Amino acid sequence: MEKPRELNPSELMHEYLRQKKKFPHIWCSGCGIGTTMGAVIRAIAECEVDRDRVVMVSGIGCSSRMPTYVDFNTLHTTHGRPIAFATGIKLARPELEVIVITGDGDVAAIGGNHLIHACRRNINLTVVCINNSIYGMTGGQASPTTPQGKIASTARYGDFERAFDLCDLTAGAGAAFVARGAVYYARQLKKLVMQAFRKKGFAFVEVVSQCPVYYGRFNKFKSPVEMLYWQRDNTVNVKAAAKTKPEDLEGKLLTGVLADHDYPEFTELYDKLIADLAAGEK
Amino acid sequence: MVLMQGNEAIARGALDAGVRFFAGYPITPSTEIVEIMSVELPKVGGKFLQMEDEIASLAAVIGASLTGLKAMTATSGPGFSLMQENLGYAYMTEVPCLVVNVMRGGPSTGLPTHPSQGDVMQARWGTHGDHPAIVLAPSSVLDCYVLTVRAINLAERFRMPVILLPDEVVAHMREDVTLPDKVDVVDREAPHVPPEWYYAYDDSTTDVAPLAPFGTGFRFHVTGLTHDRAGFATTVPAEIDRAVRNLKRKMDRFRLEIIQVERVHLADAEVVVAAYGICARSAEAAVLQARAQGYRAGFVNMKTIWPFCFKLVERVAESAKAIIVPEMNLGQLVREFDRAVCGRTQVVPISRVDGEAITPRQILDVIAELARPGGKD
Repeated sequence: MEKPRELNPSELMHEYLRQKKKFPHIWCSGCGIGTTMGAVIRAIAECEVDRDRVVMVSGIGCSSRMPTYVDFNTLHTTHGRPIAFATGIKLARPELEVIVITGDGDVAAIGGNHLIHACRRNINLTVVCINNSIYGMTGGQASPTTPQGKIASTARYGDFERAFDLCDLTAGAGAAFVARGAVYYARQLKKLVMQAFRKKGFAFVEVVSQCPVYYGRFNKFKSPVEMLYWQRDNTVNVKAAAKTKPEDLEGKLLTGVLADHDYPEFTELYDKLIADLAAGEK
Repeated sequence: MVLMQGNEAIARGALDAGVRFFAGYPITPSTEIVEIMSVELPKVGGKFLQMEDEIASLAAVIGASLTGLKAMTATSGPGFSLMQENLGYAYMTEVPCLVVNVMRGGPSTGLPTHPSQGDVMQARWGTHGDHPAIVLAPSSVLDCYVLTVRAINLAERFRMPVILLPDEVVAHMREDVTLPDKVDVVDREAPHVPPEWYYAYDDSTTDVAPLAPFGTGFRFHVTGLTHDRAGFATTVPAEIDRAVRNLKRKMDRFRLEIIQVERVHLADAEVVVAAYGICARSAEAAVLQARAQGYRAGFVNMKTIWPFCFKLVERVAESAKAIIVPEMNLGQLVREFDRAVCGRTQVVPISRVDGEAITPRQILDVIAELARPGGKD
């Protein structure tokens, strides 16, 4: 049998996008969400999952517009709540592959409670948080990941609050899989999303991204490219970090897989309970 | 015949109506429903989740419903307030589900273990924006069962959230009930077209567009943004107008089918008591006692409070000298009576907000005063 022709990267993207229906998209030039969307699509394609079984769920914000553009079962929910919606979908039909696309404001501010409890519950979801350190859609307000001292439209004198480290937060809350990638490292990002997608349990991927229009302009980045270079210069792969002197890691973000544990998965436990009850064993 | 509690009857009704998903958060006085569902659902292959709050509970319910399962949650005032956000989402996205709100005293934490009917307006207008609402109010333990089944059927049929609004007395009261051997169960309509022709919000040929479950080949988009017939966000004025009006259209068209009221002695009634929930039980007792004493009193038990039974009240206003509306609040549904009656007859509220139920005696006294020849007009 003839092997189907490999799609080239551009054909692959077109294959998975609702290109006739919903384009042009809403994202600004230089934004990191498009790169992330590409990585997510390539990851799902390489995992060879039937797209009828893929559900993409998002909250509110720039990143959360992603489900509009991709040809899966797509659910654009309320602000901060996508993990809770996704939890219902996954438990109701564990055979579906549920991926949550969210942002730092969505998942760490208004949705912070749902995030930590999902880590603890360990239901098999993949959460991709595109962290641009600001509220982009509403015009550049400070978010829980805006670094201390940086400028936002609601922190014109510099943000007093310390930023959340989302990977520390989720690892601390007991997530089975935690990884950090960056838009600058798009190929590594795809691999991390694939690992998260294949992980049986709650998997969280933080994507260090750039918002040139708000965060960049407020904080004196001259161009989106300069922001990408910032990502390159301020991240260290976790494997390389092991061989680096602690003082050289000061202020750097670790990328790669930061936590990977095997815990009992919620839907499997639940299905076992149903089977045991049916067999009269409880 | 079995001795059963209201909350227990709600859980039983939900299971018999085919509910297979429940997500909830404990709150007095609805907790028994959550507890019973956690035990019973896995026995029938259903799923139960205790979520981190009521916001997440309704979110999970909506997610589960989108995969095709009949889904519900149960809460009380403070939790119902938190649910308003995702309740609006369910109205907007037209996802069937049942929300049970066992009413306790408010505002705020209020009276967790005492009854109230203070959430009547919140159940109608609690979430932002224009939207329809179907709200049912049981007045007995049997009602708790029957109306739960009905609420789930209405949700599936009309593709929208439905609210069951018992008060704390009805939910915690135990009564002897004989449950029906069999109940009619309505399942939501599945699409009749192949995926490439499917529009999840196309109501141009039908009043309620069929809803395809996620994972069955219909890869459609769902959003809380105002959307076009395919489900994608729109800012086209004509599409926005259609989207907002169509939510209401199905309610208008099927109003008579949705509204269910029980009428007793209305034909010659001079004074009519219109009530819902536990007040309807007191009202019924009061009206029967009044009849025994020679007063021409009648009684309406509003099992559907929203949509409101305007037509019936208009007719009653033509013949009755007064309509008494007893409520365990400062007067909420009575405003609808004022609107329907338009001054054609007297509308007399009885209001009680001390955490106790309105007694038959209280209502009887008002009937006697109004129905007595020479009584106040």
